[in-house]
Amino acid sequence: MLTLAKDSTKPDAAVAMGLYSPEKPRLSGVARTKRLNQTDTAKRMMWVAHVTAIRDNEDREAFAELFAHFAPRVKSFLMKSGTSPDMAEECAQDVMATLWRKAAMFDPAKASVSTWIFTIARNRRIDILRKERRPEPEELPWGPEAEPNQEDALALQQETSKLGAALAELPEKQRMLIEKAYFGDLSHSEIAEQTGLPLGTIKSRIRLALERLRHVMK
Amino acid sequence: MQMTDIKHHLTDALLMGYAAGTLPEAFNLVVATHISMCDDCRAALAEFDAVGGEVMMGADSAEMAEDSLTATLNKIANAPAATKVRAQSSGLFPTPLQDYVQGDVDAVKWRKIGGGVSQAILPTSKGATVRLLHIPAGTAVPDHGHRGTELTLVLQGAFVDETDRFGAGDVEVANEDLNHTPVAEAGMDCICLAATDAPLKFNGFLPRMVQRFVGI
Repeated sequence: MLTLAKDSTKPDAAVAMGLYSPEKPRLSGVARTKRLNQTDTAKRMMWVAHVTAIRDNEDREAFAELFAHFAPRVKSFLMKSGTSPDMAEECAQDVMATLWRKAAMFDPAKASVSTWIFTIARNRRIDILRKERRPEPEELPWGPEAEPNQEDALALQQETSKLGAALAELPEKQRMLIEKAYFGDLSHSEIAEQTGLPLGTIKSRIRLALERLRHVMK
Repeated sequence: MQMTDIKHHLTDALLMGYAAGTLPEAFNLVVATHISMCDDCRAALAEFDAVGGEVMMGADSAEMAEDSLTATLNKIANAPAATKVRAQSSGLFPTPLQDYVQGDVDAVKWRKIGGGVSQAILPTSKGATVRLLHIPAGTAVPDHGHRGTELTLVLQGAFVDETDRFGAGDVEVANEDLNHTPVAEAGMDCICLAATDAPLKFNGFLPRMVQRFVGI
C-alpha cells in the first residue's frame, strides 16, 4: 500500500492559508522538489475551496475555473479511451455537471479533486463504452464531524501531490504502461497484444512502477 | 459492514483494474463487495484511484467546443442535485451485492447443482460470470481447476482448500495453476460470491457431465 504519511511542516500550513509567497534564492534539488510540491499542494487546496464554493454558494466563477482546468483533461482522457471527439465533448460536459451536482458529497480528506473527477469520468466511460452497471463499494458511515478536518484534507492533498510527482519521475517504459492501463480500456493481455510485449514483462514493469511509487510515498 | 480479521485480500492487478475500469462487470461486483467489507483494500483502492487522477492530469488536454461552458451550465440548470449517499446494509450482503440480488440473502433464488451445493447466477454483462454459492457445512465442492481467473469471496461461514482457510470477508484469487477442492467448514453453511472469466475445469467425469447442465 502507498501509505499516506503525514508531513505537516509549517510552510505547508502557510501555503494552505494562502500566506506562502515564493522566494528567489537558489535551491538544491531536494528543496526544489519540496518547493514544487508546496505550490502543487496549494493549487490542490484551491480546487478544494472551489468545490466548496459551488456547494455553499453555487459559485459560477469557481466552476468556470474548475471547468477550464479539468474539462479539457477529461475530454482527452475519454478520447484516448476510444470515444469519438463529439462524444468525448458531450461526456466531459456531463462529468463537469456531475461535479456541480455532487459537490456536497466531495470529501477532501479522502480524495484530491483530480482523483474525484477521474472516478466520475471513468464511471461515465464505462457507462457509454460498455453500457454496463458499475457496482460501487458501500459508503463508510459518517464520522462524528460533518465537515472534514482541515488537517486531514491538507495531508491528503500533500500525499496526492507527492504521488503525482513520483509518477512523473517514473522511467518512461514503466510510466507508459501505467498510462495504458488507465487510458486504454484494455486488460493486461490486450496491452500485450497491442504493444507486442510479453504479458510477463508488462506485469513485472507495472509491479516495479508500483513498488517505486510506494517507496516514494513511504 | 467492515470485518476485522480478513487475511486474504485483492491483488494489485485487480485493484488497479477496478480503478481503471477495465475489469468485467462480474469481477467489479466481487471487488466492490469485498471493499465494502475490507478497510485495507478500501484504502488501497483510494490510492489506485489517485494514480488514475494523476495519470489523467499528467496527459495532454483536448480543446473544448466554443460554447462548452455555457452548455454545461445549461445541463446543470436542468438537472436535479444528486441525492444523498445510500445507507449501509444491515443484512448479510453489502449494498453492491444487494443491488444485484434485489434484496438480502433471503431474496436469493437458489438452484440445486448437485452434491448439496446450490447456486444463483447474477445478471452481468458478457466476458465473465458471477454467482452466489451455498455450500452446506462440511460439504466439498468437486475438485476443479481454472482456465481463467476465479475470484471467490466468502460472505458467511468458511471454506478450506489445499492452500488455506478462507473465512468471511476473505477472497481467494485462483488462476490456471490452482487445482483445488474447497470444503465448507463444519458448523455453518458457507455462502460465497464467485466470479470467473472462463468455465471451470472439473477433474472428474461426473462433475463434467453436470457442468454441461448447470453452466458453471
